Amino acid sequence: MLKLDSINKIFNEGTPDEKIALSHIDLHLKQGDFVTIIGSNGAGKSTMMNMISGALTPDFGAVRIDGTDVTGLPEYKRSHYIGRVFQDPMAGTAPAMTIEENLALAYSRNKSRGLRIGVDKKRRAFFKESLEMLGLNLESRLSAKVGLLSGGERQALSLLMATFTQPSILLLDEHTAALDPSRAELITRITKYLVEKDNLTTLMVTHNMQQALDLGNRLIMMDKGQIILEVGEDRKHTLTIPDLMAEFERIRGEKMNSDRALLG
Amino acid sequence: MFLSIFGAVEQGVIYAIMALGVYLTFRVLDFPDLTVDGSFVTGAATASTMILLGYSPVLATVIAILAGFVAGCMTGFLHTKGKINPLLSGILMMIALYSINLRIMGLTSDSAISRPNIPLLNSETMFTKFQEVWSNLGIDGALNNMLQSIGVAQVPATWGTLMVVLMMTVLIKIVTDWFLKTEVGLAIRATGDNKRMIRSFSANTDTLIILGLGLSNALVAFSGALIAQYSKFADVSMGIGMIVIGLASVIIGEAIFGTKTIMRTTLAVIAGAIIYRIILALALRVDFLDPGDMKLITAIIVILALILPQIVSKNKERKRKQKRAQLQGGKGIA
Repeated sequence: MLKLDSINKIFNEGTPDEKIALSHIDLHLKQGDFVTIIGSNGAGKSTMMNMISGALTPDFGAVRIDGTDVTGLPEYKRSHYIGRVFQDPMAGTAPAMTIEENLALAYSRNKSRGLRIGVDKKRRAFFKESLEMLGLNLESRLSAKVGLLSGGERQALSLLMATFTQPSILLLDEHTAALDPSRAELITRITKYLVEKDNLTTLMVTHNMQQALDLGNRLIMMDKGQIILEVGEDRKHTLTIPDLMAEFERIRGEKMNSDRALLG
Repeated sequence: MFLSIFGAVEQGVIYAIMALGVYLTFRVLDFPDLTVDGSFVTGAATASTMILLGYSPVLATVIAILAGFVAGCMTGFLHTKGKINPLLSGILMMIALYSINLRIMGLTSDSAISRPNIPLLNSETMFTKFQEVWSNLGIDGALNNMLQSIGVAQVPATWGTLMVVLMMTVLIKIVTDWFLKTEVGLAIRATGDNKRMIRSFSANTDTLIILGLGLSNALVAFSGALIAQYSKFADVSMGIGMIVIGLASVIIGEAIFGTKTIMRTTLAVIAGAIIYRIILALALRVDFLDPGDMKLITAIIVILALILPQIVSKNKERKRKQKRAQLQGGKGIA
């Protein structure tokens, strides 16, 4: 489904600020895999997400989705197949537009946009029905501007929009990190529901180790631009936070900065 | 008095088309597009040149609209493909169009390559064409009789011009409202609102910006073509300050009529353009002001339209706080 072949990326090459962002990243996701990614700041998690989404292109290496090489495709073309939710609740929606207009934008993701009215009767009914699943009563506020919603509501809407057209890949980039614990919990629940409903192939970056353990069937740990640990389906459900810390110490020979990794 | 306001309304309705164009870039795309000063004249120059060369005024106007569209797309290219800052792209295009407009009008001259103005005094225009139909309907007489009966001494020569421009502007408003609700229209609005988001929903923001700028300048050029035919004159400097007039219309309209929905906002922009012309007409009736002061008056109107709403809302806030303080006063420190 998604295949990363020895992706390399160096920022500011040849300057004193040179930084190896990713080195020899190989990753293969099967249809329906839900992989959680942990690692401290600067480990390359977000860079990897940007490589997949097309916001960045690798220095060398290839990104394949469904067997097609998409390495050279610009972000807007790749997003036919990729749904994405950002960390910033403001990033995933258009604040000056209404809830139903935002949903209409998401709805035409994998279709070519034409001179059809974006929100017609049939679609409105469908949007309503989809919003009801969130349980946030947004279905009664279809014509409210999204800028009026709270961070949690906007993030829930972003999630719904990202998964609306059943993308081949769903990228979640610390999408609960900017929310308070109860809202984060709600978004986690919605994430789980939406991913399971359509059996979406998902990559989720998180700073929260517990969340990384609770969600998904696979887990990877990144450090300094490399994938240093991969946990498969068989081991993941028995794994605990102390296990992860111990693994890190064993591989890197140093203690993990746990505060940052846990609370980040 | 009545006549000067009548004329102001006629002009306001034509300038409203330009204002709708400015609304598309300035508000919808969030792109302050200064091409307007040039593309307005491009519309006027193209239409006048073609009319003078003997083409039908309708065809001349259509070509003028296309010329504006192309000019807008060029600005879009400069910004999206050339990565030039929005303001600078517009300014560059505006200055380039100045020369291009001179050359367009130069096509009517045998002796010179460029020409700074074209009079259309005896030429057929969209308005003279419509007038032939209109005058046979006898509506002018009826309306003017009504005016005279309520004591208006000077009556307009014809209502036909107002009617035809009103019809065109209303039609454009309806089409704009519809367009902004289509899938492409929604994507253009989202481009102005949150580029990163709409890119992640597989929209090519570069194309949308180019399209939006093209459509906006098509409207601006349309307005320019109509103004040239209305005033029977095209001049290379008629576009100076046009962007400010467009902004004035948008800001005045929004401040008075609100922006709750798209339909309401476009209506507000049209009303803003008409109100702006009326204010200007009234200002010019003041003895010590001269037509040369127009740009200064325009600037002052825009500044007032930007500052007054702030003062009003500040006052409201202060009053609200005072009221709260009084209500609390009984129990509190007072």
